[in-house]
Amino acid sequence: MVAVTSRTGLRIRTTWRWVILLFVGFYLLLPMVAMLDFSTRGAPGTRSLESWTSIPSSPGLIEGIVASLELAVLSVLGTMVLLVPTMVWVHLRVPRLRRSMEVVCLLPLTIPAIVLVVGIAPIYKWVTFFLGGSPLTLTFVYMVLVLPFAHRAIDASLRSVDVVTLSEAARTLGASWLRTLVGVIIPNIRVGIMSAAVISIALVLGEYTIASLLNFDTLQPVITLIGKRDAGVSVAVSLAALIFAFLLLIALPTSDGMRAAGETVD
Amino acid sequence: MTTASTLTTEAGPAPRGAGLRWARRAAPYLGVVPFGVFVIVFLLWPTYIVITGAFEGKDGGFDLSAITEVVTQESHRSAFQKSITISLITALAGSVLGALLAWAISIGRSNGPLRRASLAGAGVFAQFGGVMLAFAFLATFGFNGMVTVFFNDHFGDTFLSDASWLYGLGGLCVVYTFFQIPLMLIVFLPSVENLRPQWREASESLGGTTWEYWRHVGGPILFPSFIGAALLLFANAFSAYATAAALVSQGSPIVPLQIRGALSSEVALGNASLGKALALGMVVVVAIVMTGYALLQRRASKWSQ
Repeated sequence: MVAVTSRTGLRIRTTWRWVILLFVGFYLLLPMVAMLDFSTRGAPGTRSLESWTSIPSSPGLIEGIVASLELAVLSVLGTMVLLVPTMVWVHLRVPRLRRSMEVVCLLPLTIPAIVLVVGIAPIYKWVTFFLGGSPLTLTFVYMVLVLPFAHRAIDASLRSVDVVTLSEAARTLGASWLRTLVGVIIPNIRVGIMSAAVISIALVLGEYTIASLLNFDTLQPVITLIGKRDAGVSVAVSLAALIFAFLLLIALPTSDGMRAAGETVD
Repeated sequence: MTTASTLTTEAGPAPRGAGLRWARRAAPYLGVVPFGVFVIVFLLWPTYIVITGAFEGKDGGFDLSAITEVVTQESHRSAFQKSITISLITALAGSVLGALLAWAISIGRSNGPLRRASLAGAGVFAQFGGVMLAFAFLATFGFNGMVTVFFNDHFGDTFLSDASWLYGLGGLCVVYTFFQIPLMLIVFLPSVENLRPQWREASESLGGTTWEYWRHVGGPILFPSFIGAALLLFANAFSAYATAAALVSQGSPIVPLQIRGALSSEVALGNASLGKALALGMVVVVAIVMTGYALLQRRASKWSQ
């Protein structure tokens, strides 16, 4: 909020603000309105909900949605179990590794998904050999993809509380290392963990590149496939997924999560 | 801890003490091992495969033919040119429009519904979009899209009543800009909100106009983070694959689509290194851009206290 001394200055600024909001807002919302229009079209001149009602009967779609939701849950759990204890440990015991860990966690941002898939395809031959060909094996790559976002959100939280004092207090009172982590530290960084989880879920549900090139039928590849036959259904599912992700993100406890996701390396 | 310090006393047998001391010192590092193993297998090893694979011949030995092919062959060169052009255009459009949007949102209520909804929406479009945004634009400007039908009904033959532009490079630019603006909002809003009201008040009480404030105070402060964010947008557009894959079904005008082609024809042609060489090319471009971004970010963080 900026204090403005002159009245005309304020009026000019408000006018500009609304011009920008309307102009950019129109560009960003027009396609959403068009999706609603497109997916509710019936015979010429009429409206019909057929695209929406035929979602359950579209071949593979429900399976794809279920696979993607399961993947989202697994990736979040996997990332949290791997990342949170490691980050807390590094923070407390080996602070000299903090910088290198940050660099490693941000690395996926500089490796486009399309490049990662080229390098990971040979590794996935082994993964399939040991764990079978279920789409859920994608969890491993997706954990890599969400690494930068999860790291940022958790790191921001860790910096905002005095983890060292907290853990020393808990340890002095006789708590084990695990008890300290679960009972003291995690509750204090839950905002960061929550926003990391939400961003990860959104990322996994929207992921197309790796799933499609490794030939797994998750939500996005299925939507593309259906789109070749019946664009109406694909548009309906896409709109539903976008709205779902929007509700997910807006339900974040505070705006800190989005700040953390957008904030960049110090 | 206490045992470690007693071991350092000279009374203990020297060789065993040294070994134990080393073990004590290394112990904390063991906590990082699970994470390290995971990162090595699923992040560093794939990267290594891409880099070394690009220099591998059909017999597995060292060979520069794939790299040479990417550098000299016209189709690959033009794909890189087009990828870079699209990324430049959409990074420019996205960063300017996104910065204006960030400013417009920053002067509102700091936790009002508009700000919350914009940030959630931006998160969805910037990080979640991909395929679904391609469908959104098919529904808008495609052959049966809302805008196309509207223009056909009311204005007859115009630029917008023929949808074929959407499937070319122009279409890619329009769709990419759509997810660049929200990304800019997410990245740039914190910097805009860090502009302190006191700076503006100081400028105004010294008789500065709005233009002078932005020219001499706001602009110079925001400039490094603006350029940094624009570089991030460039890398983002350059890496994007999903939208283009869903929109362009014929030919491979940009690099990510050429990699798709190389991957799907790999088995047939027995040329596994071409995909890796193209991928390496992408890594090089993104690495250069992201280095610039990191440097600028360090400079920009000077003001963000």
